[in-house]
Amino acid sequence: MSADPFAAPPAANGRAPDVFKRGGWVPMRQYGEDEAVDFAVVGTGAGGGPLICGLAEGGFSVVGFDAGPYFRPLEDFASDEREQDKLYWTDERVVDGANPITMGGKNSGKAVGGSTVHFAMVSLRFRPEWFKSRSALGYGADWPLNWREMWQYYTKAEKALSISGPLSYPWGPKRPRYPYRAHELNGAAELLARGAEAMGLKWTPTQLATVSAPHRKSPPCVYRGFCRFGCSTNAKQSQLVTFIPRALQAGAEIRDLAMVGRIEIGPDGRATGVHYHREGRWRFQKARNVAVAGYAIETPRLLLASATDKFPDGLANSSGLVGKNLMTQSNQAVFGTMAQEVRWNKGPPSLSITEHWNYDDGKDFAGGYCWMAQGPLPVEWVTIQTSSRGLWGQALRDEMEKYNHQVGLKMVGEMLPDECNRVTLADQKDQYGLRVARVTYSWGDNDKALIQHALGQMQTSLEAVGATNIFRQEDDTNHLAGTARMGDDPATSVVNADCRSWDIPNLWVCDGSVFPTTGGVNPSLTITGIAMRTADRIRILAARGEL
Amino acid sequence: MADRYPGYDVLSKRWTESWNETTRQVIDRRLSVPRQARFFSAAEWRTLSAVCDRIMPQPKDRPPVPLPAYVDQKIAAGLLDGYRYAQMPPQGEAWQRGLAALDRAAQDAHGGRFHVLPPDQQDGLLRRMQQGELTGEAWGGMPCKLFFERRVIPDITQAYYTHPVAWNEIGFGGPASPRGYVRMGLDRRDPWEAAEANTGERAHARRKNNRVG
Repeated sequence: MSADPFAAPPAANGRAPDVFKRGGWVPMRQYGEDEAVDFAVVGTGAGGGPLICGLAEGGFSVVGFDAGPYFRPLEDFASDEREQDKLYWTDERVVDGANPITMGGKNSGKAVGGSTVHFAMVSLRFRPEWFKSRSALGYGADWPLNWREMWQYYTKAEKALSISGPLSYPWGPKRPRYPYRAHELNGAAELLARGAEAMGLKWTPTQLATVSAPHRKSPPCVYRGFCRFGCSTNAKQSQLVTFIPRALQAGAEIRDLAMVGRIEIGPDGRATGVHYHREGRWRFQKARNVAVAGYAIETPRLLLASATDKFPDGLANSSGLVGKNLMTQSNQAVFGTMAQEVRWNKGPPSLSITEHWNYDDGKDFAGGYCWMAQGPLPVEWVTIQTSSRGLWGQALRDEMEKYNHQVGLKMVGEMLPDECNRVTLADQKDQYGLRVARVTYSWGDNDKALIQHALGQMQTSLEAVGATNIFRQEDDTNHLAGTARMGDDPATSVVNADCRSWDIPNLWVCDGSVFPTTGGVNPSLTITGIAMRTADRIRILAARGEL
Repeated sequence: MADRYPGYDVLSKRWTESWNETTRQVIDRRLSVPRQARFFSAAEWRTLSAVCDRIMPQPKDRPPVPLPAYVDQKIAAGLLDGYRYAQMPPQGEAWQRGLAALDRAAQDAHGGRFHVLPPDQQDGLLRRMQQGELTGEAWGGMPCKLFFERRVIPDITQAYYTHPVAWNEIGFGGPASPRGYVRMGLDRRDPWEAAEANTGERAHARRKNNRVG
């Protein structure tokens, strides 16, 4: 094994880890702290990664900060659920509300590449109407983006991430072929397909960011099934092995194990750089622009913590909306037992999907959802058994023994924006001396109606394939969004369509926080598409002298 | 079914293509966890051990998975969950307070500390904790139901299923890097996966399981 990536920042001394080679290095340009870089980007995940890359390739000087380390998957990732907790953001956060969000696992990452290092790779496009959900569908809020433009950015993102997907997609407007062929189905995915067909619903192999054939230095996926605990072969097209290496080649610097704690604002009300903690002390990097890409908890936390006399309620917060309208997605599931051996841990966990209820508007609630096949590993599976059924003792052991016969369907559902669901600062401080985030969340009536509808549908599907001993996981959530929404009106949004804050012209937000609504699909491809668009827009604005 | 996967030992794959060096080191460290308390006092350790024995009872014919040691290690090493319910204290404090309150409840109900009670009385107290029925000053405002659901259950049961012995019991393939899997469909088994003993096929399954390494 190599040196401990946590012991000292691996990206230093003019080089960064070569993610494709054990013990290898690639050259990395470095910038002085007193030398104002064009962009300081806080976060290197699905939003930060493409932004850093796009800006560097556009000729800007860029430093990307990440609070986590720079891993080499080939040697740093064990094939083990517990060990890979090291990929998560497990710093303390206080949760409350009627339905507190379980943080720390799948909805957060602390590593170069962010949570794409452990995401399930599901790479879906939004339904076009969701970009205008208020005017087209009557709920939520309109986005300032045009779906046709986003459709082009989805295509670009799918190419950049070598997405494997079906030849034709059953829902929505036409889209080009996916760059890589779809993966074969495992037993769990096949059972989703059979159940959907029995109900008269369409299904498809899921679009996934893991390659089904070689791509540059990435070998094809070998179906280990540990995707959500880091891919140790580099088949997964995380930011760590795609946009970040490209960014380095284009002259960007990645500063790892660097926690940004405050954005500095000059006397003219513009951002002048970031204060960050690295190697035991606070430092300051000068920058002409600051882009925050820390996701829906850390982004508002940083904006709120950077309050000044001029901006007493936090930065970019004249609308009062920073931290508000936090959305998660409903992630309930139904599980059952099959007579056959399913062995659902083999392969990526979500190899098939039905988006039927994202595109069918004959429902008595707002929003949509999809469901996907499942393959939880033992620790996650015991957590589902205990939290959903209250099992312990011998009864739990007996149920766990059926592991290889289990089947399950899990939803990704749209929750509606609500200003009461929000991120604020608690009084408690973390290891950097920064106030921790307080995350307040309660489900609304519409959220509950959508969840119950989905649970009923998924249960019907499992019954149709002969599953027995069926039970529901009623309480689970996953992806995050909101807290710095984009819009056309400075009074009702934090940033504009270019992810530029209304209040501070050289402060940008580029991650899932900008979502006004969250849709019924996994958000990463949309975050990446928006980040690629933002980089393009910044180039255009710079060329016009409008930065 | 007892011994559903006869003869299956995931550790026999240790030197195969399913385990890389990083994984071997991680599992070695897990198996060699110190069996003594670093965080808990001796009295707390006795109560914790008794709780572990009821939450995750283990067969007597093999060395137990050292569950109290894993609970202790998580706290001593400062491995956090990433979130804390506003009504809950930090994990170490929650455990200390919860174990003391459980002993208090055991004294009140049965006249002895939790670890000396017979299993049915222990289970009764744990069920009352699960139902949110244990109250009193010893809890210091911490809801016993949250303590049960967010500390007792995950810290003990998750630790159990990180252990190769638990993987053997459920027929989980365990580590799979760099070699993953090839046979993906229903009722398909790769030769390096656990073989299940169906009626009358125990010897056959055992032979297959002896060859997974």
